Amino acid sequence: MPNVHDQIAEAIAANDVVVYMKGTPVFPQCGFSAAVVDVLTRLGVKFKAFDVLADADLRQGIKEFANWPTIPQLYVKGEFIGGCDIVREMYASGELKELLAEKGVATVDA
Amino acid sequence: MGITDTIRTKLTDVFAPDHLEVIDDSARHEGHAGHRPGGETHFIVKIVAAEFAGLSRVERQRRVYAVLAHELRAHIHALQVEVKAPGEP
Repeated sequence: MPNVHDQIAEAIAANDVVVYMKGTPVFPQCGFSAAVVDVLTRLGVKFKAFDVLADADLRQGIKEFANWPTIPQLYVKGEFIGGCDIVREMYASGELKELLAEKGVATVDA
Repeated sequence: MGITDTIRTKLTDVFAPDHLEVIDDSARHEGHAGHRPGGETHFIVKIVAAEFAGLSRVERQRRVYAVLAHELRAHIHALQVEVKAPGEP
């Protein structure tokens, strides 16, 4: 699915913070996707979300793209950061905020 | 052999972990997407093994996923993973 991979590459290049998730930030369809949205919201980070449930090619393509078999997936400045477990761990330890700061992504102190 | 036992066996064979917990968390997801009667769809794996020392979080989890690739495609709807090397808090 080269087209899907190109789409993903373009999306993560064009947006500082991108989440591939099930459902939308307002109506997440999966608790793990909801948890990643929650972390980003707490950090006050602006992000672009893609709903893989609305696009079967994207749902499969994103797994191949990242060599990561599960969703959600978080990208910052084009780099794959991880799924829900990693995002939660990095948020709890403060590493996610540090990483965002290092990469020049604005966060808001909650 | 059920999925829980399969997961435990495969991870034990590959990583010879110092510590391993495989928890069937399916009941908590009853009525959610991906749940099937009889459970064994949602799992939590906690694993501590020497192989993970010095690896990034992403690489650690990729290694666990790789061992369970078949189960992830065929059976498992959700897998939470906590991967550590010995001595890590």
